[in-house]
Amino acid sequence: MADFKESKGLMGWIDARLPVTEAFEKHMSKYYAPKNFNVFYIFGVLSLVVLVNQILTGVWLTMSYTPSAEAAFASVEYIMRDVEYGWLIRYLHSTGASAFFVVVYMHMFRGLLYGSYQKPRELVWLFGMAIYLALMAEAFMGYLLPWGQMSYWGAQVIISLFSAIPLIGPDLAEWIRGDYLISGITLNRFFSLHVIALPLVIVALVVLHLLALHHVGSNNPKGVDIKKYKDENGVPLDGIPFHPFYTTHDLVGIAVFLFVFCSVVFFFPEMGGYFLEKPNFEAANPLKTPEHIAPVWYFTPFYAILRAVTFPLFGLDAKFWGVVAMGGAIAILFVLPWLDRSPVKSMLYKGWMSKLALFIFCISFVVLGVLGVLPSTDGRTTAAQIASVIYFAYFILMPWYTRWESTKPVPERV
Amino acid sequence: MKKIIATITLALLPALGLAAGSSVELEDMTPDLHDKASLQRGLNTFANYCLGCHDAGYARFERAATDLGIPADLFTENLLPAGNKIGDLMANSMDSKDAKAWFGAPPPDLTLQARVRGSDWVYSYLKAFYEDETRPWGVNNTVFPNVGMPNVLEGLQGVRHVTCAQAPAYDEDHNPLFDTLTGEALTVEKCGIVAQKTKGSLSEEEFEQVVYDVTNFLVYMADPIRLQSEALGLKVLLFIVLFGVFAFLLNKEYWREIDH
Repeated sequence: MADFKESKGLMGWIDARLPVTEAFEKHMSKYYAPKNFNVFYIFGVLSLVVLVNQILTGVWLTMSYTPSAEAAFASVEYIMRDVEYGWLIRYLHSTGASAFFVVVYMHMFRGLLYGSYQKPRELVWLFGMAIYLALMAEAFMGYLLPWGQMSYWGAQVIISLFSAIPLIGPDLAEWIRGDYLISGITLNRFFSLHVIALPLVIVALVVLHLLALHHVGSNNPKGVDIKKYKDENGVPLDGIPFHPFYTTHDLVGIAVFLFVFCSVVFFFPEMGGYFLEKPNFEAANPLKTPEHIAPVWYFTPFYAILRAVTFPLFGLDAKFWGVVAMGGAIAILFVLPWLDRSPVKSMLYKGWMSKLALFIFCISFVVLGVLGVLPSTDGRTTAAQIASVIYFAYFILMPWYTRWESTKPVPERV
Repeated sequence: MKKIIATITLALLPALGLAAGSSVELEDMTPDLHDKASLQRGLNTFANYCLGCHDAGYARFERAATDLGIPADLFTENLLPAGNKIGDLMANSMDSKDAKAWFGAPPPDLTLQARVRGSDWVYSYLKAFYEDETRPWGVNNTVFPNVGMPNVLEGLQGVRHVTCAQAPAYDEDHNPLFDTLTGEALTVEKCGIVAQKTKGSLSEEEFEQVVYDVTNFLVYMADPIRLQSEALGLKVLLFIVLFGVFAFLLNKEYWREIDH
């Protein structure tokens, strides 16, 4: 990368002091990406678009929001009614939260499909998982801020989960809340974490995610290593510069995404009660428990796993093991790069067992998501238990089925 | 595998017909935010019948007047409660302690009720009062049993009570039964039916219109930006489509040289 041309004039003056041109070339105009990206490769860029949307709208919401138990709910309605275009800023932010998870789930699915987590991209995956974890915390804390009924009771249910941990549980839950139950104190600390601490963490992790990616280079749908064949200048034969080829490519994807996103924002921001839950249009009331408490849709698969554990074990109650299962469901994703023992990356060349496993896994994840929204019944609990077992089996059995199955040969070139 | 899928499918089936909360069948109410006359009548009913006890503490009088096309001076003269300025929030002067003593609980704020409960619920609820001497206000409600609210629209609706009445008869397959000789529909006596006892000042259709209008207004008030949002949304989508076309052409131009 030492062969970049020296700029003249103002750019030259800056480049002598700050490597702007060098950085641009390294990450954009001379970052060589495989030329065979397909539609699944848009979701990384879309996550960035949504992140920027969340930060910008969040900054403007913070200008008019009042983080106190007495005034939070009214200040959100003030934003919706009295602030110029406040409704638009708020709907962009609330729809953005759900959109963030849509694109991140698609992005993760892409990773599973094409083995993007495999050597040498383990750190890319780990940073991505850390982003996902921080994002869940960010979304959870942000959901308390409107101080509606579901904000309040959702937080109450989730934080009380910590009290299921033996010995330290009750004190830990109290420490997180800063009170004996969710109160203005909890709201204030969640506000601080939501607008300052977690966004900083997320942005830092995104930088690390991208630096690690650009160091090892992008994977592709075929899982072919494009760095094997280079021309005399060291440029991969199957690579093309990210800019202008993928920047122009991504603009099209961004336009399609924005069309769908803005349709929701302007026409059905509640999304049938899934993006904005109906009980949340009622101010939080600690004395009135809603009939049915459901987390927002993007948490429901894990919530269903939590509720699927209905039996005590080793003298510890079911709730504790539910928390362990829920935590485990997320934790197991972190070790994915070391569970996949397949010699090939892409699902295109893996055997039928991997294909079937991924297919059943995706179905069980969606089933868990649907079950997590609904009040539980005996039949649904059984279904959630089956789906939870499938969820875990996908990962736990992976070292075996990825090794046993016969794979197809990976082509040398894209 | 088949068994698992069957279990999962069975477990999910009830979700398709899931009705949240109320066990009573609600009447269908489709709001029409373009019908300014209906919204204005709704505001009128709201100001005269609801605002005495309920707040709409997140909405402002002036906003409603402007959005519904009511001139400020007319609004101030006819609809603004005494002691209020037009720029005020729609709060009432009832003390919440008094309210608790009178109704058992302070009447809920109505700004967002239509968003919490839905238009069908509000419409059905307002029509569902009936006479019940065991209740403090002498009325009960089929949609919201044992509600603490009196039937403020009783003068318009008239009194309804639970009684026995003749209802159409059906066979086991739910086909209506007819007298084989006369061809007339057969009836059976059914009890527990709510029926009109005394007439109100309005006919049934007129009353339904009043309830429709006030529900329509509550829907407007819960999300007053709805119409502007959709109008702006169309322009935004149009822009995105145009942008998308140029992005597509630009992309095509660049990728022409790439063999893929």
